[in-house]
Amino acid sequence: MRQAIIPFGPQHPVFPEPVHLQLKVEDEVIREAIPAFGYVHRGLESLVSIRDLHQMVHVVERICGICSMIHALCYCQGMEELMGVEAPPRARFLRVIWSELHRIHSHLLWLGLFADSFGFESLFMELWKIREKVLDIQEATAGNRIIVSVNVIGGVRRDLDLSQRKAMLDDLQEVEQAVRSVSGVLLTDYTVSRRTVGKGVVTGEQARELGVVGPVLRASGIRQDSRMLGYAAFNELELEPVVETDGDCHARCRVRLREVFQSIDLIRQAVSRIPEGELSVKVRGKPEGEAVARVEQPRGEVFYYLKANGTKNLDRLRVRTPTFANIPALVVMLPGMWLSDVPVVVLSIDPCISCTER
Amino acid sequence: MQGEVIPVNVETVLGEAARAKAEGWRLVTMTCVELDAASVDLLYHFDRDFELKHLRLTASKDALVPSISPLFFAAFLVENEIQDLFGVRFHGLVIDYGRTLYLGEDVKEAPFCRYVVNDSGDQG
Amino acid sequence: MFKMTRNILLNLVGPRATRRHPYVVRPPFENSRGEPVNDMEKCTLCGTCAVKCPSQCILVDKPNATWRFDPYACITCGVCTESCPSGSLRQRNGYRSPVCEMVPVLLRGRIKEGKPKAADQVS
Repeated sequence: MRQAIIPFGPQHPVFPEPVHLQLKVEDEVIREAIPAFGYVHRGLESLVSIRDLHQMVHVVERICGICSMIHALCYCQGMEELMGVEAPPRARFLRVIWSELHRIHSHLLWLGLFADSFGFESLFMELWKIREKVLDIQEATAGNRIIVSVNVIGGVRRDLDLSQRKAMLDDLQEVEQAVRSVSGVLLTDYTVSRRTVGKGVVTGEQARELGVVGPVLRASGIRQDSRMLGYAAFNELELEPVVETDGDCHARCRVRLREVFQSIDLIRQAVSRIPEGELSVKVRGKPEGEAVARVEQPRGEVFYYLKANGTKNLDRLRVRTPTFANIPALVVMLPGMWLSDVPVVVLSIDPCISCTER
Repeated sequence: MQGEVIPVNVETVLGEAARAKAEGWRLVTMTCVELDAASVDLLYHFDRDFELKHLRLTASKDALVPSISPLFFAAFLVENEIQDLFGVRFHGLVIDYGRTLYLGEDVKEAPFCRYVVNDSGDQG
Repeated sequence: MFKMTRNILLNLVGPRATRRHPYVVRPPFENSRGEPVNDMEKCTLCGTCAVKCPSQCILVDKPNATWRFDPYACITCGVCTESCPSGSLRQRNGYRSPVCEMVPVLLRGRIKEGKPKAADQVS
């Protein structure tokens, strides 16, 4: 039995973003996997010394090109805690609506990439066709397809009037029907099951010890979702975390698919309960002190640490994105897999490397 | 900041981390904040059932901090990143990239450190 | 095993899923963002837009009464338009089409006569 070291390189057709894995392989079976990244490090955290508090919202939005609004939401929540303001109720409901739209489009993107990782290109195209409708909703209401730029410290910048809300609900009805018609393929197709069931298993105990977050954690049976903290308007909506117990790639796929339907339901609840009121409060003064903010991104829990020293620039901004917490799980998941399973397993943690490296 | 903040030093940090692990806390992340030209603040953030707890370790930039990656495996990635960006060295890392995770092999300075003391003694 | 067959057959005989761009162009949505446009008749050259811009693409030179804008650094966030006190900035609808040469926008304004200050009046 001879060992070979295969660089599962930064450039691979299955990865949306570059991450490097050094795989020690013995006759097609992986024995050890060591991750490495750093190919897209932009050093965005060091921009706090140049851009002031309000300009940093736009920098923080651009950390990730998939979950951009939720980064801005976490930053604004942390700053609102530091400056002692609270966003008005209407703004909190609007933030929920746009966050859940982001979650739907991110999960549809991942489902498409997941199908592409084992070669099912027609399913990939179908799912991304459905995703285009969600992006059209975001452009029609907020102005841009993904980097929607609706959050400011103290509230939101854009409003949703009655006709926009009705159009959004009609479009979401079509999205839901389309996803339901395709979900049968993902859940019960024979070839999909052969490629994903039993691969990359993480048990509940291992998940808790490794500190994984997000759908990877919920697919291993642990009922934890940062939306249960009740930030934005989530404490006024009915939310039950989606949990599966198998812990393999197929379970993670099921969790994300069910979360798409859960997000559509949350948007319907938010639209029916949204109160009237102003969109943002005026924020004055310079912050001082430390604050911590946590929000549920599509990939898991994102953690922001903000330190301010009384000037208009922050002292330190630290962002820990969920993929950063999920990558050590790859070191445990990959040994024992075949080399051809590596793309499927790595993609099942939903790697967003541009978030991870900022 | 929400959550209790417990000050530790280089000798007690492993003991506090072991106690947190035994009590069921999960490591969220570690943060490094540069305080001035000579010292950094290392914060360890833990979470259990949506409750937060922090350990604050104030160390000098050339101190050798013990790594908690034997206890919390996920810490190896964060500690390697702090080694690269701030120049603080950890010993006992489970997987040590030796300051090459983000930086090239010939880079000596720490990119996120703003204070540089040059020979004439000025601080900028 | 053949669950996708129905979708594939519908796609083969049904309408196109994509638009035949550039022969068919979808008009931009009402709220789509674009670059700012400055009406120099109303602009007071206060410089608020230059201070607030997150990508620092506006340069206001008050002594020479010029307003210089780099459209290729603009991220179309709309902060300048929202913070303009005189209402001279307006955001275009929809993004610009590709260009072959990057040319910044340089507009000239008029230096308006300000109100006399209290110190001048006393003396």
